[in-house]
Amino acid sequence: MTAFRQLITAVTVSGLLACSAGENNVERGNREGILYFGNGTEPQTIDPHVLTGSPEGNLASALFEPLIARNPYTLEIEPGVAERWEFNADRSVITFYLNPEARWSNGDPVTAQDFVWSWQRALNPKIGNQVADVVFYHIRNAEAYHLGRIDDPDAIGVQALDAHTLRVALEYSNPFALLKFTYVYLAPVHRATIEAHGAPTDRFSPWTRPVNFVGNGPFTLDEWKMQRFVKVKRNPYYWDRDNVALNGIVFRPIESSTTEEKMFRSGQLHTALNPPNSKIPDYRAQSETPLVEGPFMGIYYYMMNMEHPPLDNGRVRRAMALSIDRETLARSVLQDTVTAWSSYVPFGMPDYEHTHILDFDPEAARRLLAEAGYPGGAGFPALTLKYNTAENHRSVAIAVQQMWKQHLNIDVQIANEEWRVYLDSLDQHNYDIARMGWVADIYPGSFLDTMISTGGTNRTGFANAEYDRIILEDLRATPDKDAQMQLYQRAERIFLEETPLIPIYAYKTKRLVQPSLQGMPANAGDMLNYKYVVLDADAPAWKWQTPADNRQAAN
Amino acid sequence: MWRFIGSRLLQAVPVILAVITATFFLVRMAPGGPFDSEKAVIPEVRAALEAQYRLDQPLASQYFAYLGDLASGDFGPSFKYPGRSVNELIAAGLPVTAELGFYALLIATLIGGLAGVLASLKPNTAQDYVPMALAMLGICMPTFLLGPLLVLLFGIRLEWLPVSGWGDLPGDKILPSLTLGAALAAYIARLSRAGMLEVLSQDYIRTARAKGLPEWQVVTRHALRGGLLPVVTFLGPAFAGLLAGSFVVESIFQIPGLGRFYVQAAFNRDYTMILGTTVFLSTLIVLFNLMSDVLAAWLNPRLRAQYGSSA
Repeated sequence: MTAFRQLITAVTVSGLLACSAGENNVERGNREGILYFGNGTEPQTIDPHVLTGSPEGNLASALFEPLIARNPYTLEIEPGVAERWEFNADRSVITFYLNPEARWSNGDPVTAQDFVWSWQRALNPKIGNQVADVVFYHIRNAEAYHLGRIDDPDAIGVQALDAHTLRVALEYSNPFALLKFTYVYLAPVHRATIEAHGAPTDRFSPWTRPVNFVGNGPFTLDEWKMQRFVKVKRNPYYWDRDNVALNGIVFRPIESSTTEEKMFRSGQLHTALNPPNSKIPDYRAQSETPLVEGPFMGIYYYMMNMEHPPLDNGRVRRAMALSIDRETLARSVLQDTVTAWSSYVPFGMPDYEHTHILDFDPEAARRLLAEAGYPGGAGFPALTLKYNTAENHRSVAIAVQQMWKQHLNIDVQIANEEWRVYLDSLDQHNYDIARMGWVADIYPGSFLDTMISTGGTNRTGFANAEYDRIILEDLRATPDKDAQMQLYQRAERIFLEETPLIPIYAYKTKRLVQPSLQGMPANAGDMLNYKYVVLDADAPAWKWQTPADNRQAAN
Repeated sequence: MWRFIGSRLLQAVPVILAVITATFFLVRMAPGGPFDSEKAVIPEVRAALEAQYRLDQPLASQYFAYLGDLASGDFGPSFKYPGRSVNELIAAGLPVTAELGFYALLIATLIGGLAGVLASLKPNTAQDYVPMALAMLGICMPTFLLGPLLVLLFGIRLEWLPVSGWGDLPGDKILPSLTLGAALAAYIARLSRAGMLEVLSQDYIRTARAKGLPEWQVVTRHALRGGLLPVVTFLGPAFAGLLAGSFVVESIFQIPGLGRFYVQAAFNRDYTMILGTTVFLSTLIVLFNLMSDVLAAWLNPRLRAQYGSSA
């Protein structure tokens, strides 16, 4: 029996050891030029005119190329399919000159007509493009066609002058107009492929399967196993193929940030985009940390329902905003994984002067609450702060609840709801105070434009005629960038004075990156450009250092 | 026996129809829809999307259209994954979940059966207490705790096994199968112990012992067949339960199985996917229950006589 037991043990242990032998994904990837990329959830689609989420965007950016691209280090724009572009005198028309070398992954040339057809498809109401209002409406007549007010797609302000010249007419002149042409949502799609597999506006078409797929990006679709991986390989026809270092990318869908972090630590991933907050201090303490942090264009806030008393009173809203000690919250509740921030346009916005009229000031808060008729919190009605179920939101809500009690002596209940139930509550305005976040681009309009009285993210009831006028009229009549920045600052001040929402913190980019991986810096737009990504063939996978290793390294 | 199987199959039809109907209306009554997001959807876009998925039609006609599709074996298009059908998603996830369930069941039966039989042979001794205490621990410990613990030990600390994946790296199927099988092994241990104890006190066992058979032969030749009967009847529903309930393990280990699709479908209000997987899994549960009844009848002469007499 003892001998039998020993045999079993020996077989088991040797089997397990055999399993662990060999190089991990990172080392093999380094050698073969394959990037292993932790990509959140299973991509819903790669069709640029249907997709909405960021895992889809990360994947589609490898497969499609829009007119222009961005440098991931500087966020400056640089050529994509268009090798150059020019504005007319009043900056209301842009002419893009396409690179004659640009090719689809089947060898066909990418033409100006491809863009015209693609954008008409993207804006066709039937396809149900959910981001068109954010990314397309600066183009003339895009909104009218998308909302079915005009039927003629040729009325959209995009025109092919010849095979390689594309003219785009804008609704209004905007110094930030070029940024939108870098979005993958505006990438072209291959007409013949789509038409071969169904109607152009058919969401169910199988043209996005690897066997059918044709794209124009640096990579093309190789293999797609649902919930397992999506593999892309080099597009041999890509015009700038000599500057693409990677041979391929393996996108792994991993919903759980805890699992993703473990996979990173065991050398299965080159990068994990969303490490859990609880792990950040440990990673910071590593002597050679793979953690990359930086500002990120996203803001976390509490919306206030201006239709529900006493939140219809501006003094009450402002008092609640002034009584939140964001620095303490960021430091002790969120381990400095965020930036304490009291204005709506997030920290790190280039060339923008921020307004900080809602900084922590408990004295002023108490005064305002008394002026509103609730001295010392007396008689303040019961309010509920809602959040969607998640540990992080709960911690923040509890902390804010305590701060309101401590500084204003008011009682606010907290309640959580499952995400879809929560969104439904917000749409019905069935809340008093509710948490929300908004992530956008590196120009203030991507935040402030959405808060006009009819804006899609404005569920607070905020409607200010002057604010709407600045956004919808003054800014459109002001082509100068500096003057625009000042108008945005004025609009933001109006917005914060009315306080329809309480900014809590600005997001930070935090990702884990193997030392062998170069070209994926933290940048405010969280922009990826795979052309810049290089893997060091000989580098080993990063190893977690124990405190003893760290001491040794320090000595 | 055939009549028994036939009548059970007929009984299953209204059960499954009731499942379809209840699920169909329940998912539509749940607050929030498949197209909701942080940014409110423009009404015109929402209308276009609803038209593509027949959501613009009255509920009754959606229901009958769905039944019509179902009759032809079509579960419809997924809301969450444009361009993919629910049939395709189930076909992608099922083999993985079934494989995981099979390994888990194998581990559970081997470990649980052995522990239960050993415990029953010397009741109220250390040989009984130790495996039964472990079994109680196994029942009490949820998979969402056991899984990460195993990963920490074997994946991160000892670096013997991969921390996640399915069929990507050698050995990555061991930890998930073990995690899923552990709780079941505990149940099986308790069931087989109870079954064996009952059988071992029967007269025919005493007869076997009296005629001088060695103890191991008494156990293997006479006691096991009757003693493991409760386990056999448990296995059918248990396997169906593994298929339907493996989503926690699938999420911990990033396994591309049906359970993950199912849970995500519920979170995303992917109506057709929720319906498709519910209908599919409930059909499986009905079939496995039937199979375990047939198997139990085959093993147990008393039941066999009962079914036989009605045949």
